[in-house]
Amino acid sequence: MAIKILTEHINTPGIETFDVYRQKGGYTAVEKAIKTMTPEEVVEEAKKSGVRGRGGAGFPMGMKWGFLAKPEGVPRYLVCNADESEPGTFKDHHLMKCIPHLLIEGMIISSFALGANKSFIYVRGELMYVIRILEQAIEEAKAKGFLGKNILGSGYDLELIVQPGGGAYICGEETALLESLEGKRGNPRNKPPFPAVKGLYQSPTVVNNVESISNMPWIINNGGDAYAAIGVGRSTGTKLISASGHINKPGVYEIELGVSVEEFLNSDEYCGGVRKGHHLKALVAGGSSVPILPAHLIMKTANGEDRLMSYESLSDGGFATGTMLGSGGFIVFDETACIVRNTWNFSRFYHHESCGQCSPCREGTGWMEKVLHRIEHGHGSMHDIDLLVDISKKIEGNTICPLGDAAAWPVASAIRHFRDEFMWHITNPHEASQPGAVYQGEMALV
Amino acid sequence: MEETKPQLVKITFDGIEVEVEPGTTIMQAARKIAEADESQAALVPPAMCFYKPLTASGGKCRACLVRVAQGSAKDPRPMPKLVPSCITQVQEGMVVENTTNQAVLDTRKSIVEFLLINHPLDCPICDQAGECHLQDFAFEHGSVKTRYEEDRRTFDKIDIGPYVQLHMTRCILCYRCVYTADQITNKRVHGVMNRGDASEISTYIEKAIDNDFSGNVIDVCPVGALTDKTFRFKNRVWFTKPEDAHRDCDKCCGKTTVWYRGDEIIRVTARKNTWGEVNDFICNTCRFEKKKTSDWVLEGPTKVKRSSVISANKYRANLVKTPDFAIKLADSSYKKIDDTRPFVTDEETIRHQSIENNDKANHRSLLAKNN
Repeated sequence: MAIKILTEHINTPGIETFDVYRQKGGYTAVEKAIKTMTPEEVVEEAKKSGVRGRGGAGFPMGMKWGFLAKPEGVPRYLVCNADESEPGTFKDHHLMKCIPHLLIEGMIISSFALGANKSFIYVRGELMYVIRILEQAIEEAKAKGFLGKNILGSGYDLELIVQPGGGAYICGEETALLESLEGKRGNPRNKPPFPAVKGLYQSPTVVNNVESISNMPWIINNGGDAYAAIGVGRSTGTKLISASGHINKPGVYEIELGVSVEEFLNSDEYCGGVRKGHHLKALVAGGSSVPILPAHLIMKTANGEDRLMSYESLSDGGFATGTMLGSGGFIVFDETACIVRNTWNFSRFYHHESCGQCSPCREGTGWMEKVLHRIEHGHGSMHDIDLLVDISKKIEGNTICPLGDAAAWPVASAIRHFRDEFMWHITNPHEASQPGAVYQGEMALV
Repeated sequence: MEETKPQLVKITFDGIEVEVEPGTTIMQAARKIAEADESQAALVPPAMCFYKPLTASGGKCRACLVRVAQGSAKDPRPMPKLVPSCITQVQEGMVVENTTNQAVLDTRKSIVEFLLINHPLDCPICDQAGECHLQDFAFEHGSVKTRYEEDRRTFDKIDIGPYVQLHMTRCILCYRCVYTADQITNKRVHGVMNRGDASEISTYIEKAIDNDFSGNVIDVCPVGALTDKTFRFKNRVWFTKPEDAHRDCDKCCGKTTVWYRGDEIIRVTARKNTWGEVNDFICNTCRFEKKKTSDWVLEGPTKVKRSSVISANKYRANLVKTPDFAIKLADSSYKKIDDTRPFVTDEETIRHQSIENNDKANHRSLLAKNN
């Protein structure tokens, strides 16, 4: 039985209430941290654990905490990024909905470590019922003395505020999130200055994902070294994977980092295999923004090694033959899925969600979507394929925030690995524009 | 007591060393080079959204992206991505590549393309033509052909206030007018609505902009999106003659440029510096209501860059009054065309030749004047 750090008690009836959560050993980490440890020791444990940001970028959380500027007389803030809106990723939603106290406990420990007296949870606007669950949980924790003034008699005050977002994908970008939290239009800021120096209200701020923060109670209870022992290499601990698409058992699974992709896809403990009678065609391993990989490259790396569910193994081979773990949105396509249509769909999403601040992303995402729409509906020409590659190259790396990259990668990778299918769409426009028509040419299916 | 001067920072920009104060941006350092030596003006990265007098502007259009080949003397690693020169501060020993780096030039070309795909390209009927930053930028860095085949986005024209018209279709979303309205006027009623390529500059439920300094949004607009309703369709800018002028104004500094057509002032704008930026903003009374020569104290002709189209037709009055002059000009100009260059079809070469030709034409018109 694999270790479960986040989802061990998730199926316990009533775990969303304070009492049941406390019975299952909840809030002991807060007691331990606040009563017996100094903030520096908590940060040290986080560094030792090697837990990496679970929102997509995979930046080590302890190191991020270490960068926080600590000028005298200026408040510091912790903001939890719960604006999960990446297509294919739904882990934070599941975690907050089922076990809200885990996040709140993590927030208390992390805020204590960073010396923040006011912390925010910025929740995606569409999840109003989750916001109510969180607010209910905060009320309970406050009534029991784990939040508010003078927590557990230690003299440490913490106010936790749940803020609903306006429902924009871009507000999941940390500086856009801070702008939005300040009550402004959610446009990403130019960096530097980074949030660790000038963040929310121009004060030092740390922005962490829900899942990263939820790891903190376990790390405090069991020690950072125990956490670092789980997983493989620099990918320590466990990760929630949102599995969706053409598989037998879609859902949120907690895996130990280092499980092989094949095991995750086919074992009955996890996805349960591609649906009956069909074969794997392509796979997106980390949410819609990471490069899509064809079946033969996702199972084995270009060197012939087994591909593992870890930050390093998935990105093995760079973008030529690799992808990224991203936020863990595991989307599976069987041979009935049309890659061109799917790429157009992703592209449409990024076009819709671009904030419109910097020109490559504002104009480029719309352009790519229009060209893909044209190809999908049978009006494409051969030079459109190269045009798409060129646009994606010109957007990538030239924008203020990573949304431009996120919009460019799926398009570039789909063309890189499925150029035949794009060409088939162009040479057979009538056939390809029929509903449900899919390229049946030579493909390596697994 | 001796004032302690801050230690100057030395950077290398396109192979030229320059010393600037700490905290200067790369763009300002490049402008310093060009101000010291006019022949280096081509080195300065183009700025479509950055506007020095407005704080927090810049970083949006990505036109000024440059490559930092060496971060600083302490940390000589190159920066992983191209950086916007308008907001990136210099470090001691920084090495910046602008026109010497092909990747930078390619990116700049693609930025022109991105800015133009949804631009109506209606320069022939646009009042900004001739003093449009986008026109200059596209002429200098753009491509001859477009690869964009789809419909362009369009918007309806909006009247914002009695003096200003907003033609959103032409807008490149530089946010300059938003910052202007925010920073030099009290009641900001306009901003950006919607997002992505549907975002638009708009006022609060089509409310009029009504304050004494609203006209300045026209001057800061790099394109023809915000235009002066008292000047719309009156004239092409290259048929007008700019003169520096001032008047006693109780609201603003009163220092302006008045634009003559014949003996009539048809437009008043604030004075712009070499980089097209206004340092002293002017009030609406000066801009829209004082259109008689008797209102102004003239200081003399405004210095216009020789490469500007505005300077090309300064002698229009002469052309009309004395046909002899026109014939002489034509004679002198067309006989002197000496183009022995081989016939080429390569896009890049043609573009360079057309720039050269433009310089020659200006040069010829000067020669004609001296004759």
